[in-house]
Amino acid sequence: MIYEQFKARAEGVSAEVYRFATKKAALDFVIGFLQEEGLADMPQQSALWAECSFLDGVDRDVMRGLAGLKFAVTRKLASEARFGISQMEWALADTGSLAQNSTAIEQRLVSSLPTIHIALVPTSGILPDMPALLSRIHPKECAYLAMITGPSRTADIERVLTIGVHGPERLVIVFVDELGGTV
Amino acid sequence: MGNKFKESIHSAVNNANLTGALGKFSEAYKVNRAKAYEGIDFEELRGKIAELKSYAASHFEELSDQFTQNAEACGAKVFRTNDPAKVREYILKVAQDNNVKTVVKSKSMATEEIHLNQYLEKAGIEVGETDLGEWIIQLAGQTPSHMVMPAIHMTKEEVSDLFSKEVNERLTSDIPRLVKVAREKLRPAFLAADMGISGGNIAVAETGSIVLMTNEGNARLVTSLPKIHIALVGIEKLIEKFADVATILEALPRSATAQLLTSYVSIITGPTPNCDGTMKDLHIILMDNRRSEMAADPKFKQALQCIRCASCLNVCPVFRLVGGHVFGKVYTGGIGTILTAWFDELKKSEDIQGLCIQCGACKDVCPGKIDIPDLIMEIRRRLVLKQGVPLLQKTIYAVVNNRKLFHGMLRAASIAGKPFTSGTFIRHLPLFLADLTDGRSLPAIAEEPFRDRFKKISQPRLKERVVFYAGCLIDFAYPEMGESLIKILNKAGFEVVFPQNQTCCGAPARYNGAYEVAEKNAIDNIKALLSVDAAYVVSACPTCTVALAHEFISTFESVGQTEWLPKARELAGKTADFSTLVKKLVDEGRLALKEGQKLGAITYHDSCHLKRTLKVSQQPRELLQRTGYELTEMFECDTCCGMGGSYSLKLPEISAPILQRKLRNIKDTGAATVAMDCPGCVMQIKGGFDQDGASIKVKHTLELLAEQLDI
Repeated sequence: MIYEQFKARAEGVSAEVYRFATKKAALDFVIGFLQEEGLADMPQQSALWAECSFLDGVDRDVMRGLAGLKFAVTRKLASEARFGISQMEWALADTGSLAQNSTAIEQRLVSSLPTIHIALVPTSGILPDMPALLSRIHPKECAYLAMITGPSRTADIERVLTIGVHGPERLVIVFVDELGGTV
Repeated sequence: MGNKFKESIHSAVNNANLTGALGKFSEAYKVNRAKAYEGIDFEELRGKIAELKSYAASHFEELSDQFTQNAEACGAKVFRTNDPAKVREYILKVAQDNNVKTVVKSKSMATEEIHLNQYLEKAGIEVGETDLGEWIIQLAGQTPSHMVMPAIHMTKEEVSDLFSKEVNERLTSDIPRLVKVAREKLRPAFLAADMGISGGNIAVAETGSIVLMTNEGNARLVTSLPKIHIALVGIEKLIEKFADVATILEALPRSATAQLLTSYVSIITGPTPNCDGTMKDLHIILMDNRRSEMAADPKFKQALQCIRCASCLNVCPVFRLVGGHVFGKVYTGGIGTILTAWFDELKKSEDIQGLCIQCGACKDVCPGKIDIPDLIMEIRRRLVLKQGVPLLQKTIYAVVNNRKLFHGMLRAASIAGKPFTSGTFIRHLPLFLADLTDGRSLPAIAEEPFRDRFKKISQPRLKERVVFYAGCLIDFAYPEMGESLIKILNKAGFEVVFPQNQTCCGAPARYNGAYEVAEKNAIDNIKALLSVDAAYVVSACPTCTVALAHEFISTFESVGQTEWLPKARELAGKTADFSTLVKKLVDEGRLALKEGQKLGAITYHDSCHLKRTLKVSQQPRELLQRTGYELTEMFECDTCCGMGGSYSLKLPEISAPILQRKLRNIKDTGAATVAMDCPGCVMQIKGGFDQDGASIKVKHTLELLAEQLDI
């Protein structure tokens, strides 16, 4: 129920929402997505995956075979990447938002500079709303709380909604049940 | 009003791009805002916001201390000052100490308030706005015309010209392409900048956090890429508790842009690591600039409950015609008028306060529960106290305050107006007065005012009595409305009494800041209306009703008149507007209307004071439908008709297009009749249709009901 609400709200602001039971299925999806979208080892085609618990136990050597996918996040690579992949800890059902402790700069680089941001989210991280999120956060332990609701947008020219200004023009949300139970 | 100001209005209302873009936006906004608030109890929500912001405004000193302590404990540097000059110096010093060459900024009204960009640029620092709207106006060398949408006044063609020059390439006006150009052009600026400057939507005292909201993602880059981040925050952004962030985030995006949440929200608490592993140099400036002075003012403290959503601009019938630039260089619209009077100076608000037509639309939607129209009236009052009333107005008020002279002149006008009168209208006036009849005919002054006709009306002997307060328009322009009212109330078993000593309700004086004049009017009327023992005092003019029921009291409170206050309260307790009283009498079975007839389609125009001050909108609709009219609602039925009392005389160039929009909305319903409860609206709309030529009947509800009394 809460997942359906999230999905409807997030799609309402042009995010793309998927859900998989296992890490393996989610990984297959992400790899397939990257390849389909033209992943290659060159500027504007590469992908950058920030450190996250999803990667625990994943055989990165296998993924090294994918030309253009990198795990060591730098500012230069992030600014060149077409894809940024990160794990967001929470989702807010009533606004379709994602939230993350983004104190580590790498997390922000991959979710703000590339054209497409792929966000992996544990399905159990879906919370009903903002008060539920803020009650879980202690700002002293979270210097940069980031919330993301859909792709970057503007309506500054003639009030015409246009997607993709300074941030990503696509936000692909991938829920993984196995990352923490089911909702 | 100065000539220059009048010129700026003239050029704004004749700028089709501006009025087109703003008009379209404001129409869509109302619908989208309502949708965004679906399922939310707005009254409860804004009650919470008003309370927590009001608490903060009473505790600026403590909350600033607490914020400073907590932010510094996390490693931020906090600088507090009352003085905009010190803010500029501080920022320049940080920049120079760190050898800063370029700065990227995300949108901040506080930096606009202190004209920071020009100052830094003079010192040789390159400053780049990154919010698309701000960047556009920076390239155009203009100032923001709207707090949330700074470039709303510009067309895509104008933007394409600006961008073409910037990238040395002839661009088309394709908006997605223009947005791409901005992304590509600004990305290197973000990556190269030595310093990022932001504002702050919220500052949390108990944690030392600042909250930043954007849709474009520029604030994330401004706060992440450069090694130095300076956030300039007005102290009115302070709130006490971290949990209250959720309350403000619930309202701000919904009210600002009808979004559930902006694309990006960042809550920053202390420095974060830079890309090279060093820690961010984070400076937070808490700027007062007269805000604590404002907090100490019992009347204006309320304005600090503002969360800067700009919904007061979005629903304002005047703003959507003139846009922001008429208001000045920084804060615009309703709240902008108030902020300009404080952050700049009272004198600067002299012209712009006159733009407010007092329709109350902004008060209805303000998430901070600020009574903006009332505060603008207070500005008027203080301006008058400081500078006095202009001579011409003074002469007029002297006349209005002398009932015999005033009424004598109105009688004389019924004869003097003759040369221009055709039928029941004055269609043209000569010379500079011509503006008054531009797009609208004025009613001819009745040959025999109601006060004289009344003496000739024979009423049945009835036990109960109602006092009728006619007001100037019914008395001198529409006496037949008064006659209809007597007919209806007699039918319900009331004898109508008309105390001859009643005079102008004082609204014109009050709305022009001349409270002492309004005070005298109020006392004269209280004496007259309470001289008779009656169950009710009824008025068929909502502006007069508001005066009797609310404003006599608040005028007395403002000028410190305590002697007449109890009597004013007594009068207020007995006062009723026409439709509310008649609905009550019908419900009580005291008055019978012919029911269930086929009277055809009708549409109803809500008068500002009736709907928003007296909260009456269903009563007249129900009465009209009961008799057999079929109600077809018009678009924007409760948007002002542009009359606004003397407003239409002072600013006819704004009043006229507001009226035209109203006429169009009425016509679009296809109804043959439009009803309303205010003789002022009747005057405006009837006069509009007279010149427009459409054969739509414009009637006060009481005229229509008087025709449908059951025998």
